[in-house]
Amino acid sequence: METLKFDLDVKPLREINQLLHGDAAGLNGKAIVIENPNGAHNIAVGLKSEVDVTIKGHAGYYAAGMNQIAKVTIEGSAGSGVAENMMSGHVHVKGFASNAAGATANGGLLVIDGDAGLRCAIALKGADVVVGGSVGSFSAFMAQAGNFVILGDAGEGLGDSIYEAKIFVRGKVKSLGADCEEKTTSAEDRKILADLLVKSGHADVNPDSFQQYGSARTLYHFHVDNAGAY
Amino acid sequence: MCGIVGLLVKNQKMRDSIGELMLPMLIGMTERGPDSAGLAMFGAPVAADSRKFSLYSGVADFNWTKLGHDFEQHLSVKAKIEPKANHAVLTTTLEPATVKVWLKEHYPLLHLLSVGQLMDIYKDVGTPAQVADRYDFKNFKGTHLVGHTRMATESAVTPAHAHPFTAGEDWCLVHNGSLSNANSLRRKLQKEGIEFETDNDTEAACRFLQWRMREGDDLETALNHGFEELDGFYTLLMGTRNQLALVRDPFGCKPAIIAEHDDYVAIASEFRSLAHLPDIKNAKVFEPSPKEMYVWKL
Repeated sequence: METLKFDLDVKPLREINQLLHGDAAGLNGKAIVIENPNGAHNIAVGLKSEVDVTIKGHAGYYAAGMNQIAKVTIEGSAGSGVAENMMSGHVHVKGFASNAAGATANGGLLVIDGDAGLRCAIALKGADVVVGGSVGSFSAFMAQAGNFVILGDAGEGLGDSIYEAKIFVRGKVKSLGADCEEKTTSAEDRKILADLLVKSGHADVNPDSFQQYGSARTLYHFHVDNAGAY
Repeated sequence: MCGIVGLLVKNQKMRDSIGELMLPMLIGMTERGPDSAGLAMFGAPVAADSRKFSLYSGVADFNWTKLGHDFEQHLSVKAKIEPKANHAVLTTTLEPATVKVWLKEHYPLLHLLSVGQLMDIYKDVGTPAQVADRYDFKNFKGTHLVGHTRMATESAVTPAHAHPFTAGEDWCLVHNGSLSNANSLRRKLQKEGIEFETDNDTEAACRFLQWRMREGDDLETALNHGFEELDGFYTLLMGTRNQLALVRDPFGCKPAIIAEHDDYVAIASEFRSLAHLPDIKNAKVFEPSPKEMYVWKL
């Protein structure tokens, strides 16, 4: 694989991002290494080709946001909104991630090896998110579709007002949000979980050690008892 | 927005270059706070019977030597005045109450930024690089510091509205965020006899903690009361004689990142400001949890 190296200490990020947004055919199959990211914002956002990007350090806000097809690996931590609104592809954070990791992501796989901050997978729309550590409060708020796997613990208000996303937690949940409840894992869901554990480098983790959570669906429809309020 | 930075140097040898270590941290927060900047620097203490008074004048060519002379003449006491552009540090053995009354009477337009034995405060409008250059932050020596870059959202851009704020001797606070109940807090505290200098929301938070500590709370208890009464978004970084302390609001709305190294502890709003610290690769870098108190002692 052809590898192109960029040093953010020398080359402006805008030039690197513009190159990454260029002709998809020319980028397909290439490996891009970005050195000295030093917490810069918006690294490798909006990728849309089959390119493999490695960020050699800590990334700032919105790294790999709106990703399509590409594979992005962040060797350090990621700031707020990593892989937000991802459509497809694969984003891997080897350190921890700050708030709103994977927010509104439609597709693809986000893997965070460390902890994730508050509001992880908020409004998830179909992507898969696997967190090796724990997640902060209000995670999976209004999550609509997709799968959210947490190997550690979850903070307060997990899955508040959740729609049809599936949450699997191995550790403790501090509290569940409104309309989120424990679920029995079906054979089909167990397979989804087992596959995600393999894909995210946790093949040694037993899928049966997780508790599943999902929507109680009591907020889906107007409740006739509330009619008097109008 | 706004940016905060804090640095506590554990390695004795590095304390002489704390200003140089801090400068890229402060400048790294320019995008978060381009309109004013400030710094509280904790250095070597003055003699046990003395105190330092950090003063600020809105006038560019203020005659600090005359002020020093007047002070000694009127009050029949020795005083040292060390000017640095618009700022000066007055060192004297007189009680703060006496100094404050004298300043109000003879120099009513001067701002008294801080009182203490170790802490000097510098704050002014301009980009962090301009303010740092104006007061020669780069050559500051000391043990720990608290800095701030401001993007004003709720009150005017003036030196007095810039951070840090103080609430007691050798005690300062910077804030990233905004409080929605600052006005009601101010009214409540004014009834308790707490005086305000500005309409800034951070000052309200600062005076709240001052009031709690006046009522006998230690810092931790005061901050726990703060979690109940401060309504809004905040990351607060505080400096005392021998420690730095950090809290984030329960919703974690405002960021912070910490690097703990054998030689130093560094705190900033974003990693961008920590990236250039020596041997940062071997520091423990982590994000503080909301509603938890982090304290580092010298």
